[in-house]
Amino acid sequence: MTTPKTLFEKIWETHLVREASGEPALLYIDLHLVHEVTSPQAFEGLRLTGRKVRRPDLTVATMDHNVPTWARNLPVTDEISKQQLDALASNCKEFGVPLYDLDSDKQGIVHVIGPELGLTQPGMTIVCGDSHTSTHGAFGALAFGIGTSEVEHVLATQTLQQARPKTMEVRIDGHLPAGVTAKDIILGVIGRIGTAGGTGYVIEYTGQAIRDLSMEGRMTVCNMSIEAGARAGMIAPDQKTFDYVAGRPHAPSGKDFERAVAEWRHLPTDDGATYDRLEVFNGPDLTPFVTWGTNPGMVVPISGRVPDPSSAHDEGERRATERALEYMGLTPGTLIEDIPIDRVFLGSCTNGRIEDLRDAAAVIKGRKVNPRVYAMVVPGSMPVKVQAEAEGLHEIFIAAGFDWRTAGCSMCLGMNPDILKPGERCASTSNRNFEGRQGKGGRTHLVSPQMAAAAAIAGHFVDIRTWEPTA
Amino acid sequence: MQPFTTLSGVAAPLDRVNVDTDQIIPKQFLKRIERTGFGPFCFFDWRYKDDGSLNPDFELNQPEYQAASILVAGRNFGCGSSREHAPWALEDMGIRAVLAPSFADIFFNNCFKNGMLPVVLPESVIEELLARAKERPGYALTIDLENQVVSDQEGVIAAFDVDPFRKECLIRGLDDIGLTMQHEPEITRFETSRNVNLPTTPVLA
Repeated sequence: MTTPKTLFEKIWETHLVREASGEPALLYIDLHLVHEVTSPQAFEGLRLTGRKVRRPDLTVATMDHNVPTWARNLPVTDEISKQQLDALASNCKEFGVPLYDLDSDKQGIVHVIGPELGLTQPGMTIVCGDSHTSTHGAFGALAFGIGTSEVEHVLATQTLQQARPKTMEVRIDGHLPAGVTAKDIILGVIGRIGTAGGTGYVIEYTGQAIRDLSMEGRMTVCNMSIEAGARAGMIAPDQKTFDYVAGRPHAPSGKDFERAVAEWRHLPTDDGATYDRLEVFNGPDLTPFVTWGTNPGMVVPISGRVPDPSSAHDEGERRATERALEYMGLTPGTLIEDIPIDRVFLGSCTNGRIEDLRDAAAVIKGRKVNPRVYAMVVPGSMPVKVQAEAEGLHEIFIAAGFDWRTAGCSMCLGMNPDILKPGERCASTSNRNFEGRQGKGGRTHLVSPQMAAAAAIAGHFVDIRTWEPTA
Repeated sequence: MQPFTTLSGVAAPLDRVNVDTDQIIPKQFLKRIERTGFGPFCFFDWRYKDDGSLNPDFELNQPEYQAASILVAGRNFGCGSSREHAPWALEDMGIRAVLAPSFADIFFNNCFKNGMLPVVLPESVIEELLARAKERPGYALTIDLENQVVSDQEGVIAAFDVDPFRKECLIRGLDDIGLTMQHEPEITRFETSRNVNLPTTPVLA
């Protein structure tokens, strides 16, 4: 009898090119996603050493971090952004790497288009010079972010030197209550285990509440694994996964697809396999969450209050809480629902997919954005935008007073012109509430798309569980 | 890569936990396509006031830390984004080693790729080092990678662990890609022996 294995172990072991004692393992990479911000120095390194891209056919690039989300037909006006976008185009041309540029109707955030194009498939190893590469783990792939030196390493060798991580099972039992989403699962997990709780681990999310999620919900959960410090997040592939992949442009078809599915069915963790650590959550106990501070672990239920630094566990946490409250302009004890907001950002690789837009549109339909709020929707990819427009979602957003943009990372990190002004407070569906992330002095609160949409209408946070649909 | 053997230098205290890579190098500076020149922008939002002048309240702006080559910081240093611009910026500012109770994974890896050493030390030791660096102007440390010890003028403070392979690469200044390319036949063998249909990536119309 063979030893029972976890999903992670199965993928790890079938991708080992070399494993020698006293060295890191050499892991084969099946798919390398590239974008404009973390690749120019890697391509330059190849040029300086006379190296080539080993497998351009397993590499694909897109433009997302820097791109303007309005007036796409006009040239990029930020000269330095333009230089970086041009560098990606010329590097891709020189090294033969396929590129979805700003003229492509497939362009979008790298972690949205990978699954959309069918490039992301179960059992694969996937890397990208971006920490949110963990998103692709939703398909039962081992996917993680790497630095630019590692990007260069993968371009040159299609492999990566890796120390074997530990494994953690995060199990969410039972069903989620109405109004509680994938985003709330992951905020709840980070709130409990902390922003460094997953350091050194690959997390596998299991349990009824995870199985209940759509593929897009699973992507949201895996996406923020890095915010818990984890190397990667993964979810076992099932029929939902296979149905999602089926028929996508890069997915196998016909007999090849059947053969692939037969293989993928062997991926889920075997009965009796063990993890290095287990964390269990009760799905029915989860609530909508709102972050109050300057990292994603600083989070409370919507019914909660801004915490008091004096209740911190230790001196470091107390000072971090004080600093966060000062930056966020919040007073301990304030009800979360009483916090007024100025901006709403709906989008990002965390929550910029079609279901997110549908969920938000359902909340705002027939209502108006509060006059004190400026709200924007940035679809995660051009296909998401096209789909939303085919469903008439853009009309709902525009009628409510939202700005309807084109695809990109946008105000998740504010590398393009979409940024907060100092002191502005934003309900955001993105993944990081770090100081200055969305603009110097900007104050970010992470929430689900439904919660962001409701906040846009109300002008402050509201409990989506009490939201009355319009007649 | 620049080898790392023994480093002696002034230790600057950054007594904060969860210092993220967005703080180390904010996004507006990620548009550069070079590896160098990020130093002046390191900790930009903390280091400068809105009018561009130095913020006198920021720890690292104190005159005694201007020549620092060692940073002592709180736990989970380097969390967040994978941007390698973070170690590039620290290195360009003159920092070649960071001492902390814990590091985020990607930042930790990125340091080794740039001839920099992240050193994990117990929280109590870091607290002591932070206190000494704050109280004693010009407080200097020596990090001896070969013998894996941190010391000051008075003697050894603590030993530290480091992965033997990474240690060797740092001491000899080895290029990872060159090392992996020595295993090229194994990579080719792996590619040809696999019975999988990987999706290939030609651009779709």
